[in-house]
Amino acid sequence: MATKLKPVDVVTVGVGLTGTILAKELTDTGLKVVGLERGGWRDTQSDFAMPYAHDELRYARRHELMQDLSRETLTFRNATADTALPMRYMGSFLPGEGVGGAAVHWNGVTWRFLPWDFETRSRTLARYGAAQLAEDCTSQDWGVSYDELEPHFDRFEYLYGICGKAGNLKGKIVDGGNPFEGPRAREYPNPPMKTSHVGAIYAKAAKELGYHPFPAPSANMTRPYTNPYGVTLGACVYCGYCERFGCEMGAKASPQTTVLPVLMKNPNYELRTLANVIKVNLDSEKKRAVSVTYVDSRGREFEQPADLILLTSYVFSNVKLMLVSGIGKPYDPQANTGVVGRNYAYQTNGNVTAFFEDKVFNQFMGAGALSMMIDDLDGDNFDHSGLGFIGGGWIGAASAGARPIDFNPVPQGTPRWGGEWKKAVARYYNRAFGITTHGACQSYRGNYLDLDPTYRDAYGLPLLRMTFDFRPNEYKMSDYITKKAAEIAKAAGAVKMNVNPRTGKYNIVPYQSTHNTGGAAMGADPKTSAVNRFLQSWDVHNVFVVGASAFPQNGGYNPTGTVGALTFHALDAIKSRYLNQSGPLA
Amino acid sequence: MSEKSRRNFLKSAAALGAAIPAGAAAQTKAPSHADHGTHAAPKGAAQPRPYMFLSQAEVAFIDAAVSHLIPKDELGPGAKEAGVTYFIDQQLFGGYGSMARKYTQGPWPEGTPQQGYQSPLTPAGVYRAGIRDTNAYCQKTFGKTFDALARAQQDEVLKGLDGGKIELEQVRPQFFFNMLLNNTIEGFFADPVYGGNRDKAGWKLVGFPGVAAVYTTFIEKHNVPYKAQPVSIADITGKLAQVDEHGHPIHVMLDDGKAGA
Repeated sequence: MATKLKPVDVVTVGVGLTGTILAKELTDTGLKVVGLERGGWRDTQSDFAMPYAHDELRYARRHELMQDLSRETLTFRNATADTALPMRYMGSFLPGEGVGGAAVHWNGVTWRFLPWDFETRSRTLARYGAAQLAEDCTSQDWGVSYDELEPHFDRFEYLYGICGKAGNLKGKIVDGGNPFEGPRAREYPNPPMKTSHVGAIYAKAAKELGYHPFPAPSANMTRPYTNPYGVTLGACVYCGYCERFGCEMGAKASPQTTVLPVLMKNPNYELRTLANVIKVNLDSEKKRAVSVTYVDSRGREFEQPADLILLTSYVFSNVKLMLVSGIGKPYDPQANTGVVGRNYAYQTNGNVTAFFEDKVFNQFMGAGALSMMIDDLDGDNFDHSGLGFIGGGWIGAASAGARPIDFNPVPQGTPRWGGEWKKAVARYYNRAFGITTHGACQSYRGNYLDLDPTYRDAYGLPLLRMTFDFRPNEYKMSDYITKKAAEIAKAAGAVKMNVNPRTGKYNIVPYQSTHNTGGAAMGADPKTSAVNRFLQSWDVHNVFVVGASAFPQNGGYNPTGTVGALTFHALDAIKSRYLNQSGPLA
Repeated sequence: MSEKSRRNFLKSAAALGAAIPAGAAAQTKAPSHADHGTHAAPKGAAQPRPYMFLSQAEVAFIDAAVSHLIPKDELGPGAKEAGVTYFIDQQLFGGYGSMARKYTQGPWPEGTPQQGYQSPLTPAGVYRAGIRDTNAYCQKTFGKTFDALARAQQDEVLKGLDGGKIELEQVRPQFFFNMLLNNTIEGFFADPVYGGNRDKAGWKLVGFPGVAAVYTTFIEKHNVPYKAQPVSIADITGKLAQVDEHGHPIHVMLDDGKAGA
């Protein structure tokens, strides 16, 4: 039987990027906030110290910072007709666990989605007509525009100290930045990263072909930076251990390096780690949430009442908690009714590996977001007439750390083991680099999340079930932009290339991207969205569901910048309106 | 510690994190450059290594198999010489072998290739069954266990497993082979603290410097090879490598002996 605790004002379920920002801002208004985190405490000094931080096997291969799948995973199948089976190992994506969430082990690439992305459906219909969209495509408008989000992007970028070069300042195109981005009110808070050898030759080749290369917006600090909360981040030393690792320099923006140092000092805040929330409890009419139930590290069950309940976990946990708690109507793909679990999408990545004989790259140096990119072939930045698809992606060449267990490229046709393989690895380890084509993914009627009928988690609850595959739109898009990437590799002087557009069924084994989106999509219509434009549940007004779970489909960008903007957008509505008068905001 | 005092501790730990520069914990001033060169001297090869999971027969099998996957040649040691068998033993004995932090509940239908690992066996179990079954196949076909075969025969057997042309009773051949290949590559390139990559043979093969130095300056030196003596975790904890104030090694360059970066 659960022990009932003293009520508090706000609970965040999850203490990662979104949960820490919301908690910081709401405790500042005088509210009592409790953060419930399924994983443990971790911090720069105690957990990411040298030399142990630079251990590829422990972090990149054995996933030290990732979710404990023995307690909870999800099941997966390509299509409704298949039987979903559990993801026993992580592969395709890497959700985090513990304080800071996945924002501890991310690379730090921090985009704004395009103005087009927020109005994908209406702008596609306006420019190309209905025939451009697949019949089963459920991509839609977000119910919020880029212009409305601009101040919130700005706040997030200044909080996280993003390093970059503006390409569009208040409508004026600026040299050196991304000319395709939406207008921004001011420059990035920090200058862009240095340019690696790979970045230089990629940018030169792209420019020769008429593209507009620029340095990727990065959360790896180019100088020490003190953010508006008064927290100081260190400067990046280009060590090449970002993705899947914590940063020993405190130079990668994360909850630990931007928000927690001040949040933890606020007497209105209480963090409870190793506290796994299993349910949001609703009132008898299911119109209001009254509490959450969680299980602690000693197996004890607690009920924590709160006035406002913020679901601030990774996509899968947000959606699962809604489904097991009965918040919103579950999506039914057959009847095409319901909303929770609808519009699950992903990222459609391809790549080109470029091999050289006369150049060396020292790709073990770098930073998670050290990359030169082009955005010419993203969103609707190019004419899609006659192409048979919508969307696109950024194309970039990164120097993000070439750790040799995972980075040992060989030209296609080389055997995968034996003496020839060994010679090729020795030859090309320092003479090759990858170009990523980071494609968007539209949403479809048959791609969704629901509860698995067979497999259970350690708490006896059903696992979340993912049904997902790519569609012709995604294959055509990936083929188109990956061919363009190959042209850039050729112009850069590559003597051999492996060209890999996205083909075949979606496979959950090889790593692709931790950019899972949707399942609790936002929108203007409660029939096709689980949360309104302020990320508030349409059905249970004191529950807000914050994160990439709100994306109605995924753009050709890394999602974190847009997640940050949506967090501040929801926060504004909570502070300026909801706290004065609770009730539906839309 | 009570729940409340634990939480207070967490809070003060966080406050501390804010006050002290990141990485300031790392620290030992290391010996001078003159001493540094000696760090290659204590050779792992001289130490008898106690296997904790693998039987003698299994050690013989893996020694033989990994010497094909990454062979010794004019470029340097192969996987066997780099201690990959011992690495695999240590991994199988530990959390990796027992599938710690992975989902292990049944049922276990075979599934599609897109659904990944669906075996009721842990990796430790996969090795045990895979080696037994492969040896049984070799015994039946050639009258000898795998390790006793001629090199060309061994190569043929490994290709048979890789291509799924040899039937094994208890595990799918490619499943076993891919696990062995992945673990071999891991053991060849992982930090030597795990027992493989002995004398940093894998890192030396490709020119990977191991634990990273500060590259803030060198990242802008385009098309200039960075040739450093690789540094392992134990080099730093054993004070064999000099470190800076944040604990990053100061690499010793192979070209001219000058510090890099």
